[in-house]
Amino acid sequence: MIRFLFKGILRDRSRSLLPAIVVALGVFLTVFMSGFFKGIMTDMIDMTARFSTGHVKVTTRAYAENADQVPIDLALFGVSELKKQLQAEYPDLEWTERILSGGLLDVPDENGETRGQGPAMATAIDLLSPGSKEAKRMNIQNSIVKGSMPQQPGEALISDDFAEKFGVSVGDNVTLFGSTMNGSMMFKTFKVSGTLRFGNGALDRGAIFMDIKDAQLAFDMEDAASEILGFYIKHPYDDPAAQSLANSFNAKYSDEQDEFSPIMTRLAEEAGMADYLSIAENMVGIMVFIFIIAMSIVLWNTGLLGGLRRYSEFGIRLALGEEKKHIYSTTIYEAILIGIIGSFVGTILGLALTYRLQTHGWDFSALTGNIGMMMPSVFRAQVTPSLYIVGFIPGVVAMVLGNALAGFAIYKRKTAQLFKELEV
Amino acid sequence: MKTGIYAVVMLSVSLSLAAQDAREILETVDKNMSSENRIFESDMIIHGRRSSRTIGSKSYSVGTKQSFTEYLSPAREQGTKMLKLENQLWIYSPSTDRIIQISGHMLRQSVMGSDLSYEDMMDDRKLTEVYDASLAGHEEIDGRDTYVLDLVANVDDIAYHSQKMWVDSERFVPLKQEMFAKSGQLLKRTTFSDVQKVQGRWFPMSMVYKDMLKDGEGTEFRISSARFDQKIPDYIFTKAALKQ
Repeated sequence: MIRFLFKGILRDRSRSLLPAIVVALGVFLTVFMSGFFKGIMTDMIDMTARFSTGHVKVTTRAYAENADQVPIDLALFGVSELKKQLQAEYPDLEWTERILSGGLLDVPDENGETRGQGPAMATAIDLLSPGSKEAKRMNIQNSIVKGSMPQQPGEALISDDFAEKFGVSVGDNVTLFGSTMNGSMMFKTFKVSGTLRFGNGALDRGAIFMDIKDAQLAFDMEDAASEILGFYIKHPYDDPAAQSLANSFNAKYSDEQDEFSPIMTRLAEEAGMADYLSIAENMVGIMVFIFIIAMSIVLWNTGLLGGLRRYSEFGIRLALGEEKKHIYSTTIYEAILIGIIGSFVGTILGLALTYRLQTHGWDFSALTGNIGMMMPSVFRAQVTPSLYIVGFIPGVVAMVLGNALAGFAIYKRKTAQLFKELEV
Repeated sequence: MKTGIYAVVMLSVSLSLAAQDAREILETVDKNMSSENRIFESDMIIHGRRSSRTIGSKSYSVGTKQSFTEYLSPAREQGTKMLKLENQLWIYSPSTDRIIQISGHMLRQSVMGSDLSYEDMMDDRKLTEVYDASLAGHEEIDGRDTYVLDLVANVDDIAYHSQKMWVDSERFVPLKQEMFAKSGQLLKRTTFSDVQKVQGRWFPMSMVYKDMLKDGEGTEFRISSARFDQKIPDYIFTKAALKQ
């Protein structure tokens, strides 16, 4: 019977083409939008992890409470020993320390007096150790506009916007003025090795990147750091695993009575990140929900139109003695076949476009340049295994649901009136 | 009717007298606390969350518009100098041999992790020049009778819109001071102690500044030597002196 129905669908395209196109379009949009939003959310979370939060982060308890103020005076001591313990006990992650501090970036004139200055966010990472992945993790090499990576102590990268504003060239000196970990005044002059632009307003306004050893010297932070970040080596962020890791670490090392004892927080605990993660996790479900509701209504309507067009056909079949139940079930079988064809085509098209955007991306830098949020300037979709079925099953379900609703009209036909109707 | 008019007249007269009294109290406070010029040697004890630090300094001031401070200890701060001329502030760092001008929002930042901001250190104007005073009553602090004054700024370029000041009623030096934002939020509290007679004036030799928006015990400021009306060479108040 399936072969019979299939032939009917292929030969009488007027009854199958429109529903198939509608299903294909809906499935295409579901697959593509799911992949696109999943890609953006994943990139945003990944970018936040790489630049700011890590997958997990170790700080002092006091620092964690005031993290938005980047309080350098509440930084961690004994970092090398703590890192050794972390590496030994949690080898699935790569651990790296960073120093963050606000300050003033001052540009001297020929007499060493202030020519220009602006607020700056100093970020110190491991730039000079052989094998360090920090520069790659923060995409620094690709973000350099002029000059090059620091090659030796005393060199730093500054934001290209700042350099343009104050006429700073590669090779010039700039002085970072702020406070040391102990609250003393901190002055440190750096030679500008290059300028950076990340395409993100929050990072590009006034950033200075230096090697962690330079910062430890300047901020009086020998064997100290603002935070130690942990990144999963073999897989992306996994919240349940991170939760279990943080619980295990905190139970062993964190002391509620000591505000300077270490505490591990996971990415999902950072401000707003839990919502992002939840949206990213549920993006496929949200898209499927919207698809099924919207497509069912559209296909119900299409089914009603089809039923109206096949009014006479159903009448003849009823007059010839075919049972209403049988006609109804063949309509449903037809819907399944059309749903499969439409879903197949839609899934292929959706996957193709998603893959294209995964590899090439969509450059939105012109729009995201001044946004304070940490989000990528090139939006990339993401092909995930769920995309293969995300549109397919709902496509078939919506088609069947639409036709099932429309098919009830068959039961309203009265056999006694059939011949009278067919005479027309 | 007559009684009502009498009451209003008496109230107006007493309010006017109170305002006059408050202004006179404030003028006497200014006479004690301000001078044509002065040289202080002091220790600033900063209580951090982890540890406390003592920073020694020597400062020279002329009027309210010129001041020069050289930090003497500890070694990390030694040689750091600050120069204030009018409303501009420069800091010299010996480690970088740089003179950096502090301006804008940085003036509100803490000086060396203390409870004092650069803005606090810069504003040396006489209280009578920038505040209108009214007498709010009397209170006792550490066994001494004080006038309680309410001060409201009459200029715009000031860090604290209003203050409440407890003035020793015999020696006319403040014993306690609370500084408020325009919103009414308490921003800083200062307590004064160890009042000594120096060159014929009463002067508090010890102060504790507390930034009410920060945790911690506050910052102590102890003056070991105070000399008023000294001859201070003009070159001290030049940028060239910063590098010497």
